[in-house]
Amino acid sequence: MDATMLSRIQFAANISFHVIFPTVSIGLAWFLVYIREMADRSGGAVWDTSYHFWVKAFALTFAFGVVSGVTMSFQFGTNWPGFMETVGSVAGPLLSYEVLSAFFLEATFLGIMLWGQNRVSPGLYRLSVWLVAGGTTLSLFWILVLNSWMHTPTGFEMVDGKVVATDWLAIIFNPSMPYRTVHMFLASMLTAAFFVMGVSAYRLLQGHTGEDVRRSLKLGATMAAVVMPLQIVAGDMHGLNTHEHQPAKIAAMEGIWHTEKGVPLLLFAIPDDKARTNHFEVPVPKVASLIITHDLDGEIKGLNEFEGEHPPVLPVFWGFRVMVGSGMLMLALSWAAVWFLRRRGELPNWLLRVLVPATFLGWVPTLAGWYVTEIGRQPFLVSGVLRTADAVTKAPASIVAGSLATYLALYAVLLLIYIATLFYMARSGGGHHGYATPAGVGAHPATA
Amino acid sequence: MDALSHDNLILLFGGLMGVAIMAYVLLDGYDLGVGVLLSRASGRERDEMVNAIAPFWDANETWLVLGAGILLVAFPLAHGTILKELYLPVLVMLVGLILRGTAFELRVKSPPERLEAWNAMFVVGSATAALAQGFMLGQFVVAFRTDTVALLFACLVAPALVAGYALLGASWLLIKTEGALQRRAAVWAHSALWLTAGGIGVVSVATPLVSPRIFEKWLSVGLTPLLMVVPVLVGGGVLWLSGWLKRFDPQRDDSRAWLPLAMTVVLFLLSGAGLAYSAFPYLVIDQLTLWDAAATDATLRMILLGVAIVLPPIILYSAFSYRIFRGKTTHLEES
Repeated sequence: MDATMLSRIQFAANISFHVIFPTVSIGLAWFLVYIREMADRSGGAVWDTSYHFWVKAFALTFAFGVVSGVTMSFQFGTNWPGFMETVGSVAGPLLSYEVLSAFFLEATFLGIMLWGQNRVSPGLYRLSVWLVAGGTTLSLFWILVLNSWMHTPTGFEMVDGKVVATDWLAIIFNPSMPYRTVHMFLASMLTAAFFVMGVSAYRLLQGHTGEDVRRSLKLGATMAAVVMPLQIVAGDMHGLNTHEHQPAKIAAMEGIWHTEKGVPLLLFAIPDDKARTNHFEVPVPKVASLIITHDLDGEIKGLNEFEGEHPPVLPVFWGFRVMVGSGMLMLALSWAAVWFLRRRGELPNWLLRVLVPATFLGWVPTLAGWYVTEIGRQPFLVSGVLRTADAVTKAPASIVAGSLATYLALYAVLLLIYIATLFYMARSGGGHHGYATPAGVGAHPATA
Repeated sequence: MDALSHDNLILLFGGLMGVAIMAYVLLDGYDLGVGVLLSRASGRERDEMVNAIAPFWDANETWLVLGAGILLVAFPLAHGTILKELYLPVLVMLVGLILRGTAFELRVKSPPERLEAWNAMFVVGSATAALAQGFMLGQFVVAFRTDTVALLFACLVAPALVAGYALLGASWLLIKTEGALQRRAAVWAHSALWLTAGGIGVVSVATPLVSPRIFEKWLSVGLTPLLMVVPVLVGGGVLWLSGWLKRFDPQRDDSRAWLPLAMTVVLFLLSGAGLAYSAFPYLVIDQLTLWDAAATDATLRMILLGVAIVLPPIILYSAFSYRIFRGKTTHLEES
């Protein structure tokens, strides 16, 4: 394998490992804002208990996000030197705006949020919680501005083979930015909602049946049930936008090899990139046209119009189906949960048991959607401007392979540790106090 | 003349990058140092030491992203060259930072019986990151050469920087802790001071040998008097501080516990200024100047706008955070 493919795998592995933590923590930060506001009202003692648990889960998640994010910030340079050399005049300011406006804000006020509750006034403490949530969201905004610009670049001209920024408003408000940003923010809210639901379900099953846990479960379920339909609308609008600006990606998502009208939706197919056709198609007539053009006989451009310039079809096609399928599952689960909560005031044990493994269900459509959009942009790193192969490091493939193996092993272990730790916290009520912990307390959570 | 002329912009960003890297070295330096010193502490002391850096470490590490970020966005050509040369040490540093950042949370959030394992990971991660940074510093001085002498030199700088971080860390602990731990911090600071001074001495002597250009630069422009005075002043300062630390009495000296940190910071600033003078105007010595590597003026102006708007508030609220957590942090309570 060459350095390009290895660098792509390494970056994909790194960004996948990274993005799962911010998708939890950005949404969870807003849950904490709500819970803190409730806790500070009169009679908020139950919410306060709830807050102290979730703030620890947030701290754990945030730390994993920080360390993997620092790693990623270096990979721009180590693995993709051509990226900054060619589009640095756009990417540079956007990345620096993220660091300056978001990273310092969230890191500093996180310190106050985690350690300063008895050192500042309740009002200032609440403000810190808001600022951390605002900081994480600002960070999402800037990185998605850059990512959107890589998909739908505007506001620049090419001078000597390099991008020169000409119109910053056009760069920031590039055509796909509003859709992509909203889609990602809602994905984060959903991921956090399932996270809150799943961990709370686990706690209930473990015998932590306090009112704080019940309220958390209800909060997560309600959030997921309300946001999921919004996400479907946002996703649909994002799809229309993609059809307008990146037709090759849409053609790959739907496995459409030839331009046609009244295109069927393929429930199943094995796209064959070599033979340029699909095997084992299970079509539903005209539905793809309906979804993408909002017209039963709408025309969709096929991959034949983009030969040599379109992404590999198989991963994009299936990535899209995994995203939509897992999204549907999330819709069903959250609505079932709300239905039971409204009718009975609690969830049956079988549903609790289903929700526990669904704690991280939000990661599935987030990652699948990420692969769809990023692989769907290939062979370009910046649509029509910079090819991925032209941006890659000149470091020998063997070194890249070595670093990739190191990262993969580290990430696999850390992910397992993260999940195990989270559920340990759920059992023990949020960790312990280091050496101040009486021996054995943590091992028997029921007595803690 | 235009205040934001091409030359001034480049100088400004060179300066900004220097300040960001120095801020990183000083800030993350003290918490990496505390991480290394954790290996010397026992039981409850470790909790207190971690408390002394808990509210700050995350923001401290952000300066690394800013420093490397300015290199990336303002001097893209140098960023590509330097990070390609430093591919492996950067990888090692990042693994170290990942290990310590996660250990930080894991040590109080996973079962108590694993506490020692996470403490060990915290120490190893901190030491690894510090060593890797020292190695990179050494590589920078020898213009990323990879001959045996150059590599030996980098391997010499690595432990010197660890000693410097340990000195920063121990000095920080002197301010933030009390009682027996504060006494131990003085002892650690004393050992680290001599290791650091030795390191700076050896590196100062070795630098002209591995980099003739730096040697000439210091001798050719009549800086000889400075070369005589600064080492004498530094030597005197080290001797005085060594004595002060040796006689440190928590009851008597606590109100002046900030002294070692202040002197250590001065020592770092002097070393940093010396290094910057040696390298200027190069980013890759003898190969790539700030001017060769800079982004376009339009890009630099755009970044400058963001810096001008956001950096003052960052400094203000960082200072505010240090004010909130001023004094002893032995009894820090987590939310």
